[in-house]
Amino acid sequence: MLLGVLFSGGKDSVYACRRAMETDSISCLITVVSENPDSYMFHTPNVVWAKLIAEAVGIPQLTWPTAGREEEELSDLSDAIAAAVDGYGIEGVVTGAIESVYQAARVQRICRELDLWCYNPLWQIDQLEYLRLLVSEGFEVIITGVFAYPLDESFVGARIDGPLLEKLEALRDRYAINPSGEGGEIETFVLDGPIFKKRIEILRAEKTYENYRGRFSIEEARLVEK
Amino acid sequence: MILVVDLCFKPRSLSKYEFVDPIAAIVRRAGFDCEIHHFTELADDLIEGADRIILCGTALKDDLYARRIDQFSWIRDLDKPILGICAGMQVLAAVFGGGIVPQPKIGLEAIDIVKETDLLGPPRRIEGYHLHNFGVTLPQGFDLVAGRPGEVEAIKHADRPVYGIIFHPEVRNRWIVERFDALLLE
Repeated sequence: MLLGVLFSGGKDSVYACRRAMETDSISCLITVVSENPDSYMFHTPNVVWAKLIAEAVGIPQLTWPTAGREEEELSDLSDAIAAAVDGYGIEGVVTGAIESVYQAARVQRICRELDLWCYNPLWQIDQLEYLRLLVSEGFEVIITGVFAYPLDESFVGARIDGPLLEKLEALRDRYAINPSGEGGEIETFVLDGPIFKKRIEILRAEKTYENYRGRFSIEEARLVEK
Repeated sequence: MILVVDLCFKPRSLSKYEFVDPIAAIVRRAGFDCEIHHFTELADDLIEGADRIILCGTALKDDLYARRIDQFSWIRDLDKPILGICAGMQVLAAVFGGGIVPQPKIGLEAIDIVKETDLLGPPRRIEGYHLHNFGVTLPQGFDLVAGRPGEVEAIKHADRPVYGIIFHPEVRNRWIVERFDALLLE
């Protein structure tokens, strides 16, 4: 089946893409770029750099703008998916939704209206097991945003690896945060992985942090040989 | 062993991650052995060796199971507990003479439990995640456990441990799968 992946460049969309590549053909990556930093539906930090991942994995990218107003985002997403049907012949959509019924139900409704299949291959996955999978399979994931107590400045820009997983597990046990950030606590960007033909090198980035809100904004990056 | 049956349109599909693996994970976390098999690959000894059977749901656009009801005839004479989830409930209804009817619903909605059962407990209102294009008409010999005749949410065979729910328990209602795993049978 020809599929389009809703793609932000964060770990969930990248890993959903990996799973979909094992069973189906990915025709395009669909990236909705929101002008609203507090977008309800779309991952915003560093989403402009998703184009490098698309190039690294060798899949065409369809980018679509949205002003990021709550319900208008949905019609913008529907338009983006319809454009992927027209431009790339997709028969279904893949998302990286894990637990968000809000996101999943809305994408399901759009797919139903457009007569498309909808796949959520990370749905209800155990979040810590999932992070361990990412690490063990060789994905290089960095944290590009933290938005909740008690995530301190050390998390901003940090790579998700074994020691960081232990810290996240401890915070989950003590503060009930979602370790993979499904509740919006953490946002990520993927620099490398088994589906990457090249990896991403960050040349310049700006880090900001205040009151348990921090961002790691990529300002300059390039693809390099692995 | 609890046999978790994949009803998706083909074995090892992308939908398996979404509709089958989360149910198997609940079973395993509850401490029970579990095997996953696709409905087109079920051998008689597998069914005979299972203590309980769960029929999982499918993607919204997937209706192959409804066109292959003959492959589920083994359910009719089964003497062990079986739980049908969404597509699985539709299969149960069809096998026992009920109908599969267009009835699309997506999202979290209230569910009124109207009859006490060992699976869902006493009458009350709960909330469940719905993702289906089709519902069922009540088969003969079954009780309406939740919902209403035009919008059946849960059913149970009057005499046998055969249960169906149209909503997806892996979202906010994992207790239903855990309770099915642990049902004490007379």
